[in-house]
Amino acid sequence: MDIFKIIDDIQRIDGDALGRMEFASRRHFMNRIGSKVAQVAVPTVFASIVNKAFAQSAGAVDVLNYALTLEYLEDEFYKAGNAAANLIPASDKVIFTQIGKHETQHVAFLVKALGAKARTKPTFDFKYNGAFADVFTNYKTFVTVSSALEDTGVRAYKGQAGALQADPQILEYALQVHSVEARHAAMTRRLAATVTGNAAMKGWITGKEGAVPAIYAGEDNMTQGGKDLTGLASKSNAAITEAFDEPLTKEAVLAIAGPFIKS
Amino acid sequence: MNRPINAKNSSGKKEEEIASVVNRRLFLRSAGLATSLGTIVISAACSDDDPDPMIPGTGDAVDLGSGDIGVLNYAYALEQLEAAFYEQVIKTPYAGITDAEKTILTDIRDHEVVHRDFFKAALGDKAIKGLTPNFATIDFSKRDAVLGAAKLFEDTGVAAYNGAGKLLKDSGYLLLAGKIVSVEARHAAVIRDLINPKSADFAGDDVLNTDGMDKAVAPADILAAVKGYVTDNITGANVGK
Repeated sequence: MDIFKIIDDIQRIDGDALGRMEFASRRHFMNRIGSKVAQVAVPTVFASIVNKAFAQSAGAVDVLNYALTLEYLEDEFYKAGNAAANLIPASDKVIFTQIGKHETQHVAFLVKALGAKARTKPTFDFKYNGAFADVFTNYKTFVTVSSALEDTGVRAYKGQAGALQADPQILEYALQVHSVEARHAAMTRRLAATVTGNAAMKGWITGKEGAVPAIYAGEDNMTQGGKDLTGLASKSNAAITEAFDEPLTKEAVLAIAGPFIKS
Repeated sequence: MNRPINAKNSSGKKEEEIASVVNRRLFLRSAGLATSLGTIVISAACSDDDPDPMIPGTGDAVDLGSGDIGVLNYAYALEQLEAAFYEQVIKTPYAGITDAEKTILTDIRDHEVVHRDFFKAALGDKAIKGLTPNFATIDFSKRDAVLGAAKLFEDTGVAAYNGAGKLLKDSGYLLLAGKIVSVEARHAAVIRDLINPKSADFAGDDVLNTDGMDKAVAPADILAAVKGYVTDNITGANVGK
């Protein structure tokens, strides 16, 4: 644990943190003069500061728990996929190992950030009521679902940015995860295009091109910032829709993810 | 000194500006500072990552402005560089470019041009001028050089948008930035996969931290990083303020 980096991070979120920590440490020091002070003071003081630092608003806690639900879903999905025998070809193992690693890291980060407020891990059914019955035995299905999950993740994080404006540091963390989901999405979309032979599916989303239509509703939006961009820079509608990814509301995302979540 | 005096002559700067620079140098020398210490002071003042008020640069001064408009102009500046870069890539394709690569790079060019023109239109009369890129250090005839530069631009774009999000006050602008940054991240992943196919590099440990997060970088650091690719002297001290 890089305590100094963490303290520095907290200080950026919560300007009072260091002052309180120093105050608390001094009290510890005065109460318990001895060699154990440094070992004891840091963790206990630290725990109280972490809670303060991340639980800045009820809205942020809701958003982070929503994100945690989706990250749990992705993490479990890749853990199962990476563990399944004869599913992922050797040539693509490194890709899904890397993606899975990130989802595990995202879960760990969110659990740490939320502390006692973190929701428990749901139980999942990746067969999606039978629609993806062979998801862990048929690579085509696995890659298809993977690309759909990643694109949903991109849309989900994007849809929450505005709700985090009161918590600038949490907003920044969310953006830093959001772009990683987009990297995953581009990679898995291109794999899906190859595996399923769908040349129309690129790393970016043309119109609402994607493996699971419900997930791509509204991606073909041509209006940005209140302006209809048709004909902008003499570019095609395809290029213009590719240039902007669209958000999804929490309700829409949970409707999509619902069949994956048993409880 | 990074720039010889005659470089300023060729840039069309007014004679009195040059004269004043020379006079300051003469003053420093006569004040006894043209020693080894003086050399350090002067060369530090001319450093490429430090806009130098003493020595006129070769390009125009461009201030991005303040508040949300500053952030949008910051994005507009970066999109201008990216669009110009890919326009050149498509105009003079590198040796051995494949059809698949050309399709990808043309798509990306179109996205960046759309982003650039969108910001220009959205900013209206508050938009900064069209910048003059300087890609002299990029060998457009070589695949490695072009894809390496593309990777740098895309990763930088992602880090820049991630760092700028919290500076925006208007939630509509924040959403717009979010709509664009994920497309930049898609570009970064695809470019990285062209360079090192089927590897972990599309979201590589070289760019992500151990929480599985992309970088978020403040405007001042981004502007310093791209300074070598633009002749204009861009200042963004009040972006988001």
